[in-house]
Amino acid sequence: MNLILDIAFTHVRTRARQTLVAILGVAIGVGFSIMMAALMQGSQDDFIRQLVNALPHITITDERRDPPRQPAETEYAAARIFGLTPESRRRGIKNPLAIMAALEGWVPGAVAPSVKVQAIIRYASRDVGTSIVGIDPPREPRVSDLVNQMRQGTLASLYRATNAIILGDRLGQKIGARVGSNITVQTSEGAHIDAQVVGFFHSGVRVVDDSTAYTLVRTAQILARQTGLVNEIRVRVTDSMAAREVSTRIERETGYKSVSWQEANEDLLNSFVVRNIVMYTIVGAILLVASFGTYNIISTITHEKARDIAIMKSLGLSEGMVRTIFVLEGQILGLVGGLIGFGLGYVLCLALGSIEIKSPFVDTTRIPLAYNPWHYAIALCVAMFSSLAAGYVPARRAARVHPVAIIRGAT
Amino acid sequence: MTSVPLIEARAVTRILPGIVPTTLMRDVSLAIGEREFVAITGPSGSGKSSLLYLLGLLDLPTSGEVLVRGRATARMSEAERGEVRLSTLGFIFQFHFLLPEFTVLENVMLPMRALGALSDEAMRERAASLLTALGLGEHMSKRPDQLSGGQRQRVAVARALANDPPLILADEPTGSLDSRSSEQVFEILRDVVEGRGKTVIAVTHDLGLAGRMHRRIQLMDGAMSADDQAAGPSGPLALEPSKT
Repeated sequence: MNLILDIAFTHVRTRARQTLVAILGVAIGVGFSIMMAALMQGSQDDFIRQLVNALPHITITDERRDPPRQPAETEYAAARIFGLTPESRRRGIKNPLAIMAALEGWVPGAVAPSVKVQAIIRYASRDVGTSIVGIDPPREPRVSDLVNQMRQGTLASLYRATNAIILGDRLGQKIGARVGSNITVQTSEGAHIDAQVVGFFHSGVRVVDDSTAYTLVRTAQILARQTGLVNEIRVRVTDSMAAREVSTRIERETGYKSVSWQEANEDLLNSFVVRNIVMYTIVGAILLVASFGTYNIISTITHEKARDIAIMKSLGLSEGMVRTIFVLEGQILGLVGGLIGFGLGYVLCLALGSIEIKSPFVDTTRIPLAYNPWHYAIALCVAMFSSLAAGYVPARRAARVHPVAIIRGAT
Repeated sequence: MTSVPLIEARAVTRILPGIVPTTLMRDVSLAIGEREFVAITGPSGSGKSSLLYLLGLLDLPTSGEVLVRGRATARMSEAERGEVRLSTLGFIFQFHFLLPEFTVLENVMLPMRALGALSDEAMRERAASLLTALGLGEHMSKRPDQLSGGQRQRVAVARALANDPPLILADEPTGSLDSRSSEQVFEILRDVVEGRGKTVIAVTHDLGLAGRMHRRIQLMDGAMSADDQAAGPSGPLALEPSKT
């Protein structure tokens, strides 16, 4: 074996206890970093998955980005006319069937029409503002995860009563309704119907569960007092991450406001960036602290070995060779610690992943964890780099030692 | 003496910088050829060791020049001087200065591995034969702390001879040994000169040993006070009891 490597290994090996402490320091640092990264990424992925599943990937509404302009404004572009309100338009997407047919031609995914009406649900003298979404039960599973989110009843239950309605579970709790309860739904259009609760769903997104209810398209149209109304087209794309691009194109082609799930949750996604910065800062700090252990041991070794350094230099080993020895020792500690840390991190992830969280309201879940080789690679890189720095500083100082100073001191 | 001396000091002066600069060596010139057995003597603080370190390129003169086989060393890079030390010089110190984690054999192999001229097998063989010649054949796989002081010093001699350098520098090689061991080490050094044809320069304050060497350079306050070139040991001094 190479002489320098040999000396480095011997130094590390003959100081078993100190070495072990330093290695453990790095290992624990790397292990917990991996666990934390897995936890953060896992919960983030899980959150996004829920978010993506709870809502349609893209919602096309009958609104436009800019309020429609009056003919006078369009005609006299240079003039500013006061007292004009935006042009009023009939609600609903014009010719929804044609638009849907066009979309189905190129959008990778599924398209379904729906009717969204704002209403007030009345039950047991409680009023709750609710978004009523009229859906088509056979088509619904293609655009949303509602089928899997049903806690009681099924989508087909909507056909069981004249005005059947499925409520969000939190909404149901709030008004105290149960399956079979007869509730009153009222809209600002003056529609007033009695509906029967046939089921509950739980999407996991609080706002949705708090204030959304599903009915048949027909029921929603009655509530909107406009037969044939379709004011929302929902799209589910095959690759949820591509929703933003698809949405932009839909908007360009149809002229209607089209909102992707990313756009709808912009602030939430931004908060993930902050979260990640926080996470990597903490992970970096953990590894930095671990590298202090490495610095400590390399520093101790160089002090203990001052005489050996003098001997090696007096024999003719160069400053660079001596420096390399101690830098290598730091790298050995970093590498071994890192590899043990891999094992530790993986075991910690497994242990965390095996914890079951039981709750009376939702299915038993486990802590979401992401197993990503990048977490391991990054943790090792940071560990190696900090060991490099931790080893280099004392190594440089040690290599500069003048042999005569030491030899004289010993005599 | 040959036309180009093995090692030569020309007007070497060494001053330690500081608030009060200390002069370790003042204007020392000397030349030492092949197959010489030289003692550097003098009272404590006379600069014996300093001269040896300067000759061994471990320390640099403030002015003047040390030449190894006619090659000036003052302007060499640190790595070049390392190279010269590895190939031309062997060191023996008062304390054995062996690396404690390595076996005796590995310690002797260290300079050879640093020079890297021989194959692993050849290095092992050479180290083993050196150790056997110095009577340490059965201790090769022991660690230094399992040996006696005299044995360790003999290992140090073997290590100094590892790269077959023409010049061995010894700083009080018998200084920390009892009289029996020091006699043994001295005999080995004598054999290094007479048997192996090396030059040995040894710092010693043991005038008894110095008297049995071929040449005595005496220092006083950092300057040469005597250079007794009379070849051969001076008889009566050999009987003087050793001082510490």
